[in-house]
Amino acid sequence: MKTRGDGSSRRDVRRRTLPALAQAGPVSVWMILFVTIPMLFILYISFMSRSVFGDVVYEFSLGSYQTLLDATYFKVILKSLQVAVFTTVLCLLLGYPFAYYIARKPPEVASRLIMLIMIPFWTNSLMRLNSWLLLFQTSGPINTFLQWSGLTDHPITFIYTDALVVLGMITNMLPFAVLPLYSTIEKLQKSLLEASSDLGATPVQTFFRVTLPLTFPGIFSAIILVFIPSLGIYTVSDVLGGGKVLYIGNIIKNQFGAIRNWPLGAALSVLLLLITGLLIFIYTRFAKLEDMEVV
Amino acid sequence: MNKAIVTLENVEKRFGSNLVVRKMNMEIQEGEFLTLLGPSGCGKTTTLRMIAGFEDASSGTIQVQGERVEDKEPYQRDVNTVFQNYSLFPHMTVFDNVAYGLTIKKVPKEEIAQRVTEMLALVQLSGYEKRKPDALSGGQKQRVAIARALINRPKVLLLDEPLGALDLKLRKQMQIELKRLQRKLAITFVYVTHDQEEALTMSDRIAVMNGGVIEQLADPRTIYDYPKTRFVAGFIGESNIFDGTVTAVEGNLLRVETPAGLLTTQGEGFQVGEAMHVSIRPEYLEVSKTPVEGFGLPASVKDFTYMGTVVKTALDMRDGTETKFSRFDQDEQLQEGDSVHVFWRPEKSVAIKAAAARGAEA
Repeated sequence: MKTRGDGSSRRDVRRRTLPALAQAGPVSVWMILFVTIPMLFILYISFMSRSVFGDVVYEFSLGSYQTLLDATYFKVILKSLQVAVFTTVLCLLLGYPFAYYIARKPPEVASRLIMLIMIPFWTNSLMRLNSWLLLFQTSGPINTFLQWSGLTDHPITFIYTDALVVLGMITNMLPFAVLPLYSTIEKLQKSLLEASSDLGATPVQTFFRVTLPLTFPGIFSAIILVFIPSLGIYTVSDVLGGGKVLYIGNIIKNQFGAIRNWPLGAALSVLLLLITGLLIFIYTRFAKLEDMEVV
Repeated sequence: MNKAIVTLENVEKRFGSNLVVRKMNMEIQEGEFLTLLGPSGCGKTTTLRMIAGFEDASSGTIQVQGERVEDKEPYQRDVNTVFQNYSLFPHMTVFDNVAYGLTIKKVPKEEIAQRVTEMLALVQLSGYEKRKPDALSGGQKQRVAIARALINRPKVLLLDEPLGALDLKLRKQMQIELKRLQRKLAITFVYVTHDQEEALTMSDRIAVMNGGVIEQLADPRTIYDYPKTRFVAGFIGESNIFDGTVTAVEGNLLRVETPAGLLTTQGEGFQVGEAMHVSIRPEYLEVSKTPVEGFGLPASVKDFTYMGTVVKTALDMRDGTETKFSRFDQDEQLQEGDSVHVFWRPEKSVAIKAAAARGAEA
């Protein structure tokens, strides 16, 4: 009996572990090969130096990081952070009411509304951005309409302005805000809102005391999901901003491309990774706290 | 005491084409424990939610303390609700949950602290102030929900199947506690349940609902002893119901012809040829080995069920229906398969008008 028990339990362990390896194995190999190793390589290069011709010289140097402290780069980083924060805040302000609205609709209507958000999201971003250019250019339909309706007597410059970049960023990022917000608001029990109202709270009081605190995990997910890509994205400012204003993303792209200063590009990437990592660290700490409250 | 605190007049509720509550008229007296009892889908919860303000009445008027409230939002009404699933705020401590209503009303902090402490003592939860709802058992959550509602000193407390999620023993205990609480605070309780035993135990009056209509509104004893409709007779407690036609009226005695045979009951206002129902409780049903005058209900003993306090005997009737009677002990004389004659003292049975079954609809 005893040996059989031991044998079967060992077999149980094997039965449990083997498929686990089989399941996680391929993904782990993939992640190590194509994410971890390249990232370590970027980290390595960031500490190297650059030859006059733009080749990476494998000599240890903190030169790239010193360059980052330069006022020009500092300004770019600050500007990128500004745009990212601005985009995140606007996405939240626009996304929350919309997500709330969808979440209170019956499921069939809700899924249709979600589709409306998803269709632009699935469209190729370059195609989408260039169509915006066509739409907003001096002789484009919007300006034509404005002049025809008499709202303005001369074409308004939309393209290559900060405003259009931000608008482009928002349309790009809105789904990342709406989806996590929708999923937490949708889970919110309607009876909690009824209880609040029953206890004398006006809809505004209920929102700030019950709805907002209980949907905070969704808000935080939305912040992470919008802020991180906003910080690194460069296609929007390239196309809609005409590449006039540089963001971290543009600079990284340029360092690896035209300018051929890989160590500097790598150092900027590492900086971006650190900011992202910090945010995710805060998020996981926060998420853990939430879990503990549930237990 | 006899002052209406909640008055419903011709209240109707429609969900789409579905009429959930029909032409309801009801007066709830100040300080009473009134139960809305009925099977699921009978409109009892909808009625409660209309009083609370979560649902708008499609037509009719609702008054609380003589003031019309149909157009008032829940937060403007002087009633509080204890929800079926507790609906405690998961992100707040027990203290903050109970304090919620007072915090909203901007009551001074010291007063809130004092009243919350008192309230938690009342529901026997002192010392649980700092717990989160998730760290409480079902019974404790329910106490918090009750405290959270009562702290606002509502004129009417609405309870929507508050004990539905608790196990039997805890439910019985909470029933007694709730009843005591209601007596002590002298607050009007409007209680929704589908559990007829719970309704009989706790209520001053019961409104038995079916299909969006109040079939009978009376005190528990009247409901039990004198059900007004066939539905009430069948829903409250156990009952043997015979459907038949009056063949003779002799004073207040009625001779009734049913598929199971002839029987005698007592009732007034019946006419010969009228279709009606006769209800007799299992504890009042009697059997004899010889025919009994006024009755022609042959039956055979089917089986016995031991229930702890009583023994229930099932009888097969002539028309294939089953009739039950219960006694504290099994009758020594009876064996399975025995032929017997069913009878009862006519005053123990209830004659029910056939038309009354849906009478409230008109």
